[in-house]
Amino acid sequence: MNIVVSIKQVPNTNEVRLDQTTGTLIREGVPSIINPDDKSGLEMALKLKDKLGAHVTVITMGPPQADAVLKEAMAMGADDAVLITDRAFGGADTWATSSTLASALRKIPYDLIITGRQAIDGDTAQVGPQIAEHLGLPNISYAESLELADGYAVVKRQYEDRTHVIKARLPCLVTALGEYNTPRYMTPRGIFEAWEEGRIQVFTRSDLSVADENIGLKGSPTRVKKSFVKAVKGQGTVVTMDPEDAAVWLTDRLKEKFIL
Amino acid sequence: MKIEDDKGVFVFVQQIDGEISGVSFELIGKGRELAKILACQVTAVLLGSGISQLAGELSNFGADQVIVVDDAVLETYMTEPYTHAMTQVIKRYKPEIVLFGATAIGRDLAPRVSARVHTGLTADCTGLEIDPASGCLLMTRPAFGGNIMATIVCAEHRPQMATVRPGVMKRVSETFGTDGRVEQVVLPDLADHVNVEIVEVIKKVSEKMDIMDAKVLISGGRGIGGAEGFRKLEELAEALGGTIASSRAAVDAGWVEKDRQVGQTGKTVRPNLYVACGISGAIQHLAGMEEADIIIAINKDPSAPIFEIADYGVVGDVDKVIPLFIQQIKEEQEKR
Repeated sequence: MNIVVSIKQVPNTNEVRLDQTTGTLIREGVPSIINPDDKSGLEMALKLKDKLGAHVTVITMGPPQADAVLKEAMAMGADDAVLITDRAFGGADTWATSSTLASALRKIPYDLIITGRQAIDGDTAQVGPQIAEHLGLPNISYAESLELADGYAVVKRQYEDRTHVIKARLPCLVTALGEYNTPRYMTPRGIFEAWEEGRIQVFTRSDLSVADENIGLKGSPTRVKKSFVKAVKGQGTVVTMDPEDAAVWLTDRLKEKFIL
Repeated sequence: MKIEDDKGVFVFVQQIDGEISGVSFELIGKGRELAKILACQVTAVLLGSGISQLAGELSNFGADQVIVVDDAVLETYMTEPYTHAMTQVIKRYKPEIVLFGATAIGRDLAPRVSARVHTGLTADCTGLEIDPASGCLLMTRPAFGGNIMATIVCAEHRPQMATVRPGVMKRVSETFGTDGRVEQVVLPDLADHVNVEIVEVIKKVSEKMDIMDAKVLISGGRGIGGAEGFRKLEELAEALGGTIASSRAAVDAGWVEKDRQVGQTGKTVRPNLYVACGISGAIQHLAGMEEADIIIAINKDPSAPIFEIADYGVVGDVDKVIPLFIQQIKEEQEKR
């Protein structure tokens, strides 16, 4: 049983702050982390490894320093890691990213591919289903849990007001929700081994058989035309008063606005 | 073929158990605005089983044309049969724009379709406009957890596709009559596209009002301190005819159900009144509620970002202010 988990290095957007005067993002000192949904997907895979002895490979696409998330994943228990890195892959939208990842996955044995549902820097939830499409696999998104039995994946798939229990024949792709699998910690031995030289296999442009028009900026149907900071709403009224007075003041505002 | 030949704004209509999801009407409303500028029509694409009679409802809310694929295979949403049906409709009619709701279905279906027809897709849009210069769709969405907004274009591929967050666009208020044009599309090979089996459907029963439908939301965050604190908020919600909502922190802490969550990873709401209690106002939360008509914030930290967008803010202890606020409201109501 070979499981490949696709992960992404992201800035911890909870710690990104805006410079109010320039309106730009302050990214300095913001730590890079394994995207939370991906880490949950990795935990799903590691549980299957514990139970069934699966072989878990983690892959990521990004700049050379994205190897940090691969090391962390191996320290948690992943067996192998592949870094997909090349300037030619840069500037990719979800279409080109998924096409690149799919071409890398064609070189790695898999029975099951797990990705996170979405990454916290882009929140698109597109790359998982798009990888599955490029590889011609069934995909099951928004997975709360995943079991394997007799060559099938059985997944609890979340919707707004219900859950579907879905059975798909392997190989297939599953996208994991973040809040359902608490990731394990790295082990000291895992850390020691993960940071050994030569653990990470590197794929560059020449290692992948994918057309130039399907990767990087050139292979991206969408472009960012502009980015901006939202206009700040006009300042309201903020008061500091005794709870009794505050309750009266608030009630008066509701009357004024015809809510009461 | 030149991309200028692709015409029309198409909307994927989400229906579950024969009920059309609200976001579909919102998209038809937005689609009408876009179609007016492009001098084209809005087409609703309705997929399902035994759902043809819903077409009239779509016409009535502004669809110029309804394309129906009514097939037993489409009874319950499954990625591949829906992807195949949607792709076939796109290939046959060549629309210029296709919109999906950014729901648990739309966010699964749209990426798969976009990869198959080889076009761009912009997720979770909060703004859609036509660029007067190029005629392209300008798709604006939050990025970096809502810290910045990005406007995306898909200049050289068609259709231009976007998912749009429920609750962001407004549905049209006028009605157009239920006897619009309806086209049935038959896909004989649809059954061959079933590649998974749905073993079980487990419906969640929530007795509370959907936060997206509520006119008044009393929302609690970390500052509420526990599930107990939310009972007081429920009491306030009841007094004002609304329901409770929450920040992510309160959901993660297990104090309230996930269906209450407002924000980037929860729901987008635009009630008449939003009362944020003990919510600091992380940008991810603000992204989901800043369109509320009136925002009240109660928080003991005067530097909490929630005060920057609140119309009325009280710096104080929610535990003390809320019970008194409920009491005041009740006294006021008894006067009439």
